[in-house]
Amino acid sequence: MIQTFFNIEIIAAAWPIVLSGLLNTILLSLIVVPLGLFGGLILALLASVKNPLVRWPLMAWVDFFRAFPPLVLLILLFAGLPFAGLELGGFACVAIAFFLNTGAYYGEIFRAGIDSVPAGQVEAGRSTGLSRLQAMGYIVLPQAVRNVLPDLLSNTLEVVKLTSLGSVVAVPELLYQARQAQSLTYNPTPIVVAAIIYFLMLWPLVRLLSRLENRALAGRR
Amino acid sequence: MTKPIVDARAIHKHFGALHVLKGVDLRVAERELVFVIGPSGSGKSTLLRCLNRLEEPSSGSIVVDGIDMLDPRTDINHARQRIGMVFQSFNLYPHMTALGNVTLALRKVAGKSRAEADRLGHAALERVGLADRAEHTPGQLSGGQQQRVAIARSIALEPRVMLFDEPTSALDPELVGSVLEVMRSLRESGMTMIVVSHEMGFARNAADRVVFMDDGLIVEQGPPAAIFETPTHERTRAFIGQIQRH
Repeated sequence: MIQTFFNIEIIAAAWPIVLSGLLNTILLSLIVVPLGLFGGLILALLASVKNPLVRWPLMAWVDFFRAFPPLVLLILLFAGLPFAGLELGGFACVAIAFFLNTGAYYGEIFRAGIDSVPAGQVEAGRSTGLSRLQAMGYIVLPQAVRNVLPDLLSNTLEVVKLTSLGSVVAVPELLYQARQAQSLTYNPTPIVVAAIIYFLMLWPLVRLLSRLENRALAGRR
Repeated sequence: MTKPIVDARAIHKHFGALHVLKGVDLRVAERELVFVIGPSGSGKSTLLRCLNRLEEPSSGSIVVDGIDMLDPRTDINHARQRIGMVFQSFNLYPHMTALGNVTLALRKVAGKSRAEADRLGHAALERVGLADRAEHTPGQLSGGQQQRVAIARSIALEPRVMLFDEPTSALDPELVGSVLEVMRSLRESGMTMIVVSHEMGFARNAADRVVFMDDGLIVEQGPPAAIFETPTHERTRAFIGQIQRH
């Protein structure tokens, strides 16, 4: 059993491949998480504009990309765009798909955060002469982010897990590399190693998340 | 009246089908303390919020310290620095210290350096008796202290007029006195003040004029003694009678 699923020799042989996958997963996360946060923030700021000409297309955009399965989106970009003469490569496709998908999710979280800040906060700022944008930046956003920090972190966890979708379009991230190693060694051990690495990488975030959630609950009492 | 510092004429305000202000004229002289009283829903808070354009009046004209507040060419952010506002629920920024609350607009609107803003901020906090609370966050302060920080946040910008929207209504009775004390000292320093409040004792001995509003109109106005003791309108009499029974 251990020879099959946790074979030390195979770990040693597969380690360089798996390690390069881990580095790519980290790199991918460091690209798609800030990209999604940035996209979400833009969406949320646009949503705070009350003009229906901005609001309606925005709601449609967010709804569309939240309803669209990210895997389908990714394959569509990867396999579909070349027919339009645009060959982007797996990495860029993952970045774009995540920007669209997770940006919509982050956007909803930021929007909820912004809505959670009482209107009186903005009024106080504007009454001292702050512009709309200054009131947003100095008064609303800091409170909004603090209010939805657990949700932002929770979504970030999902995003890091979702980077494994990159394996479908041959991005050499952790899962893809583990599968490569598995097919080279005819042994499932590399997949087990990848699973353990995912767990070790994400578990501290999960712990942090529960602490934040508990603190938020305590704060509400 | 010499040239008024606040000159609001024929102010109308509609909220959808609701006609909240039905042509209000209010002129306030420099250094005057005007009290606005009236039943809830009479439009007194809305009137106050129109003066610095937190609410957009449906029609009318508002000139504050020579600035046409409703002219689209007016830099409203610049104009608002001259009009301090204190809210019923304080509206302090909970993520900043008392000093941070006071210095934000000094730095970002008035363009002061951090050192200069801190100096002015400390001076403002000193004026409201909270020099030793500069590094406290709102959550660490009592309601009365929070409202005094809110007053400091306004006066730090050296406004020409201060608007108070029920400044003591959210306070426990034992904390009201400290806020009124600060308002009294502001008055003594010559600040022009428009106060929406039901603190009748304060109105009696500090106000120059009491304005009674009902149903979106100013019903009657005059010196406190006249309004409280010999009101001429039936509605004023009824309202004064009601609040004095409490």
